Amino acid sequence: MSILEVKNVGKRFGGLQALSKVNLSVKENTVHAIIGPNGAGKSTLLNCLVGKLMPDSGSVMFDGQSVLGRAPYEINQMGISRVFQTPEIFGDLTVLENMMIPCFAKRDGAFTLNALPGVQKQKDILQKAEQMLEEMRMSDKRHMHAAALSRGDKRRLEIGMCLSQDPRLLLLDEPTAGMARADTNNTIDLLKEISDQRDITIAIIEHDMHVVFSLANRITVLAQGTPLVEDDPENIRGNPKVREAYLGETA
Amino acid sequence: MFGLNTKDTKSLFIVAFLVVVAPFILNPFPAASAMAQFNAGYPDLMQKFVIFGIFAIGFNILFGLTGYLSFGHAAFLGIGSYSCVWMFKLLGYNVIPGIVLSVIISGIFALAIGFVSLRRSGIYFSILTLAFAQMSFALAYSVLSNPKFNLTNGETGLQVYANDPQWFHRDSLPDLPHLFGLSMRATHKLEIGAWEFQLNAGYYLCALMMLVCFYLAIRIFRSPFGLMLRAVKSNQQRMNYTGLNTRPYTLAAFVISGMYAGLAGGLLSAVDPLAGAERMQWTASGEVVLMTILGGAGTLIGPVLGAGFIKYFENIFSKINDHVLHSWFAFLPDGLEDFVVFLIHPFIGKGWHLTLGILFMLVVIFLPGGLVEGGQRLGKWLHRRKAKDTPSAKTEPAE
Repeated sequence: MSILEVKNVGKRFGGLQALSKVNLSVKENTVHAIIGPNGAGKSTLLNCLVGKLMPDSGSVMFDGQSVLGRAPYEINQMGISRVFQTPEIFGDLTVLENMMIPCFAKRDGAFTLNALPGVQKQKDILQKAEQMLEEMRMSDKRHMHAAALSRGDKRRLEIGMCLSQDPRLLLLDEPTAGMARADTNNTIDLLKEISDQRDITIAIIEHDMHVVFSLANRITVLAQGTPLVEDDPENIRGNPKVREAYLGETA
Repeated sequence: MFGLNTKDTKSLFIVAFLVVVAPFILNPFPAASAMAQFNAGYPDLMQKFVIFGIFAIGFNILFGLTGYLSFGHAAFLGIGSYSCVWMFKLLGYNVIPGIVLSVIISGIFALAIGFVSLRRSGIYFSILTLAFAQMSFALAYSVLSNPKFNLTNGETGLQVYANDPQWFHRDSLPDLPHLFGLSMRATHKLEIGAWEFQLNAGYYLCALMMLVCFYLAIRIFRSPFGLMLRAVKSNQQRMNYTGLNTRPYTLAAFVISGMYAGLAGGLLSAVDPLAGAERMQWTASGEVVLMTILGGAGTLIGPVLGAGFIKYFENIFSKINDHVLHSWFAFLPDGLEDFVVFLIHPFIGKGWHLTLGILFMLVVIFLPGGLVEGGQRLGKWLHRRKAKDTPSAKTEPAE
């Protein structure tokens, strides 16, 4: 069963055809990687999926419903969570508060005027947030300001915030960009653990081939705004077209 | 208590205590002494303290939590004032309908202005609110005051005239704003030794309102709604991608703070039944921004402190004149006395804005967290000194 169906998506920025005739089908409970050289249109494609950009043509269906024309918050409420290239967290708030916000969004929807009862009285939210922090092994940092966390911890927190909403599809935009090797490996382990233990589909955009080949069960190669090939990792590694377009002779 | 944690209950009680005893602690100098001009415990000024405290508390809900800097909040203050005086004109001098209407009307205006202004953020939002406030000022000052349709009475200011309907007015009631017969000007003078204390009905009504407002603000700060507002300030992008729609959150904050401002405006009219357009001018909007930042934006108590601080200096510094200065420095030789007075002259009387500007600069540069941060630093310093003293006291006998 495919959970995300992208059909014939095209996007043009002035004279640049960023995406053309992109077809992509992400199967449920897989880790699907989208790779490609710089300027291949990976990020544009991702932005079309989450409501940041509106494609000029084509359709994007999530679980049988179109996501086009919806605001990012509506698409999130449908069950798609996004992790950014540089961690987007609430820097001024504590780690625990960061974790509570997605829990509130999940429970109360896009807007609720819940102005009188105290946050501390919301036992179910607190419990959920604490449990998620435990799972991310960040409980000891719960009262720290999120801005003071290390890069790796910010990434963990952001992933934890997304997971606390129990999304059906998790989109990751170069989750290990700019990370040290140790942090990269930790993130790989975390993502593996998530995909093994949870009923979740992961779509990941990544530069680092080490990350891609240790995680993905399916890979789409994008080049010049259009998919070159979609296949299993073993076949991608040996595919001469991919080598030529992207991996180069060293791969 | 009241659904608050211990720390918040404590600060609520401290504020309540200070507000109740304000007529005494603000009058530390005997009435006849030379220092009496520094006394702030007279009804007019104390009413201003608490009313502008309400204004700043409300402003802080918007600015302190969401970071949206409105530069047009005085519009709601003015709208509240006009609404309240209209109730006096139509129904009679009881303050309750006036106060209720001022909150409702300013809430409606805040909804409309906020709906448009909140489409933008940052400087554009500030400019939009400023534009709306200046439009409101122009409407009140001239457009809505013509012989055919006189809603605001223009330059003169809206006030109650003898031929107004005042449907519920009876002769037994005071001919001034009152609360079910208790005149807002009713003042009980208490003379203890050389001191004179004034307990004023209008002040205590405003003070009660301020306590209610302060309590509600604490509840909002500690609620999931307050958490969302702080999240708006921190990262709107993350909010949108977390399934939260930021627009209604900011609009709700804007309307709530507009209603606070409307209440403050209504109370201004309740203690002095005259509403003028100058209340809506941009300087008045700027003043509440100063109060909030000076006291400490985003803190609970800061805006109240800032409001008190600015209103105190406005009233006390502007009362000092050259004559007073000469009497202070009379002990200096003549030439020197004149020179010192010449130096200080620009900072007093009408020049008190200069003093305020310098104080504001000093606070923003050295205490970015406002007076509250100053207090915290002082507390920490005292704490450290105490901590240093204790071990040394222990080690000394051992020697």
